[in-house]
Amino acid sequence: MALKVIQPGLLTTIQDLGRPGYFHLGIPIGGAMDRMAMRAANMLVGNDEAAAGLEAVFMGPELEFSSDATVAVTGAEIPILLDGEEQPGWTGFPVKAGQILKFGFLKAGARAYIAVSGGIDTPPALGSRSTYAIGALGGIEGRAIASGDELPVGASGRVEAGATISEKLRRMSSSPTELRVLPGLYWHRITETAQAGFFDDEWKVAPEADRMGYRFRGGKPLDFVEREAPFGAGSDPSNIVDGCYPYGSIQVPGGTEPIVLHRDAVSGGGYFMIGTVISADMDLIGQLQPHMPVKFVEVSMEQALKARSDRSKVLQGMRESLG
Amino acid sequence: MTKQIRSPLPGTFYRKPAPDQPNFVEDNAGVKAGEVIGLVEVMKSFHEVKAEEDGNNVRFLADNEAPIMAGAVLAEMD
Repeated sequence: MALKVIQPGLLTTIQDLGRPGYFHLGIPIGGAMDRMAMRAANMLVGNDEAAAGLEAVFMGPELEFSSDATVAVTGAEIPILLDGEEQPGWTGFPVKAGQILKFGFLKAGARAYIAVSGGIDTPPALGSRSTYAIGALGGIEGRAIASGDELPVGASGRVEAGATISEKLRRMSSSPTELRVLPGLYWHRITETAQAGFFDDEWKVAPEADRMGYRFRGGKPLDFVEREAPFGAGSDPSNIVDGCYPYGSIQVPGGTEPIVLHRDAVSGGGYFMIGTVISADMDLIGQLQPHMPVKFVEVSMEQALKARSDRSKVLQGMRESLG
Repeated sequence: MTKQIRSPLPGTFYRKPAPDQPNFVEDNAGVKAGEVIGLVEVMKSFHEVKAEEDGNNVRFLADNEAPIMAGAVLAEMD
C-alpha cells in the first residue's frame, strides 16, 4: 500500500507526535503543530494515536491511493474532495484503490492532518517519523513530500469508515485568539508599563511564522529595565547569557516582535524570554494564519495546570466517544 | 463573463517582483494562462500566483503589500 503524491501542496510533511528526549542536544521535539488534531485523525482510522500522517499547511496535497483504505482529515477547515466528491472533515471515509484525494481553498485554521489506516510507514529517525526539514531528519529523506513520491503505508486490519468526532469536542478558535501565558524567569527585565502593554495590546501573526516559531507584530515595543549587561550576554537589552529555550517560550529580540517557539524550535540561545504559552494552547497556534489577531492572557501556574487537565479530559472524551 | 484569480495561500500580496520593479501585470491589461500576476509571501518564502486562464481587462482587488487570507480574490478579469 502506498500513497502517490501527485501535487505536494505548499509544504506538506510527514508528522507524528514528535521525538522528545533530544532537545538538550539541539534536536527539536518536532511532531504535529496541532497534536490534538493529529491524534484525532489517527483515532478515526483505527491507528495508534502516535502513528504518522500528513500535516498540510494552508494548501492540501493531491494524493492517489494504490489500495483501499480509510482516511480522515482533521484540523483546518478545508474542502476535502475524493474524485471530486466532497467528504466530511473529522470523519473516517472509505477510499478505493485508484481514487484521488485533493483539497479546495482553506476556509479556517491553518493546518490539516491527513491520517490513513495503517499509518505512514517511512523509517523512524530517533524514534519518530516526524519531518524536521532544516535538520534533514525523519519523513521521506528528511524533507517535505514532493511530486512523484510514493509514501509507504503500514498494514491495517479492516477499519469501519464513518467514525466521527462531534463538533463540541473540536476546538473553536475565537477572534482574537486568546493565548494564555505564564510569565517567566526574565519577566522582571521589562518595565511594569511594558508588562501591562504586552497583555493589553492586540498582536497579529507575522507572515514569516512557521514550524520553528510564530512571530507576532503590532503591539507596542517593550521597554526594558536598565541594567549593566552581565558577562557573556550581548549588548542589546534583550540579550541574556545563553540559556535553554522551552517549547512555547516567548522571546522578544530587541523588545519589538514576540516569537513563540514551536515544535521545530532551536533549544537555546541568547534572547530573554518573557514567559511561556501554556501547553494547552500550543495547538491553537498551529491553526493560526498570517495576519490573524491574537491577545496574550496572563495565567498562574495553577490555572495553566487546570487548563492542561481540561485538555486531557477533551482527549479522553474523544477516545470514549469512538469507543 | 467575469473570471476570478484567487490566492491559494494566506500571507502578504505583492504585485511586483521587487520594490524597484514594475508590476507583473498592470491594471486593465490582458493575461495569458500560466502568467504570473503577483507573489504571496508566507513562511519566509515567496510563491508565485498565476492566472489559470486567459483574460482581458484585469482589475486588481488586492493592493500591493495587502494582507490576504487563503482563497482571497486578488483580481477579476473578463
